[in-house]
Amino acid sequence: MYNQHMSDYAHPEVLVTTQWVADHAADPNVRVVEIDVDTKAYDEGHVPGAIAWAWNTQLCDTLTRDILSKEQFERLNNDSGVGNDTTLVLYGDNNNWFAAWAFWQAKIYGHKDVRLMDGGRKKWLLEGRELSTDKPAVKPASGYRASEADLSLRAFLPQVQEAERSHGAAMIDVRSPQEFTGEILAPPGLPETCQRGGHIPGARNVPWATAANQDGTFKSFDELRQLYGKEGVDGSKPVIAYCRIGERSSHTWFVLKYLLGYNNVRNYDGSWTEWGNLVGAPVERGAAAAASQR
Amino acid sequence: MKVPAMKAEAYAERRVELEGWPVNVTSWRLGETWHANADNVSPGATLARVAAASRQEAEEKAIARARELLSRTHRRAV
Repeated sequence: MYNQHMSDYAHPEVLVTTQWVADHAADPNVRVVEIDVDTKAYDEGHVPGAIAWAWNTQLCDTLTRDILSKEQFERLNNDSGVGNDTTLVLYGDNNNWFAAWAFWQAKIYGHKDVRLMDGGRKKWLLEGRELSTDKPAVKPASGYRASEADLSLRAFLPQVQEAERSHGAAMIDVRSPQEFTGEILAPPGLPETCQRGGHIPGARNVPWATAANQDGTFKSFDELRQLYGKEGVDGSKPVIAYCRIGERSSHTWFVLKYLLGYNNVRNYDGSWTEWGNLVGAPVERGAAAAASQR
Repeated sequence: MKVPAMKAEAYAERRVELEGWPVNVTSWRLGETWHANADNVSPGATLARVAAASRQEAEEKAIARARELLSRTHRRAV
């Protein structure tokens, strides 16, 4: 299921290798789901037997800005033929950006066995593995029961405001350095979606992609511990991760919570599109002060 | 009719600079079709995803679209 390098992680059971997926994608108790930033990627070719979830229509409430409700999450799983005991294997483009977003929601609603394919779509392509353009026929299920939402995994605005005032949590901004400093308001080439640039005062900038290797896999336990440790994130106090809309930070949330095993880690999915549009919210521009100065 | 699975072949990745931004261009072949993506290096979001009959054509189309999008990015003094 996982290799030697993965066994160093705090929870190696939440990762599978591409080879494991190649061997098990057709198992009756396994459902492989591709979730991409660019929802057209699946149609180009996907892991044989995989279905697709679209982050912008199936993994959020499309009226209210919110994640799926419990009922919507149950419906998604039933429609996807997923039962409570199904091993849900998620993967996607951009080193599993939105696959991590789906993983985060699956954990909020208590899905027991959900895993990411280490390296995501990139590694699958890089290895020259089989791709299919067939959309598998899914026999819908009907008995999926989600747990009540575990909100200890999610940060809401009042909690972030309190953390900013009290320094009660380490705040990790996982956007690019240019977004963090306020030089740009959105990733290069994408529409601007906030009124102000900069970051939440006191936040440290650890871009999400620094947790990944060139082939899209996660860095080793020691490398990750060092990466976040030098920014003062060592699991000794609560952590709040944020980005622009909460998907990049769900990748970092996954790393901190499951690979490093830090207990109190929340994803602030309101992120900069909430904070950077908020009247009166304090904003810091430019590079952050050194961690030792805080 | 079920379409047989094919293997992605000739995966290649290179970095170019467009409008002052580093961009990753990846391309590969699936059957008779060449696919190319252009992603901004940081944060890594897809700017363009195209398919064409040759690698060169696919990459050129992806780069052209990425350049167009990146040219609209406004840098602010900080």
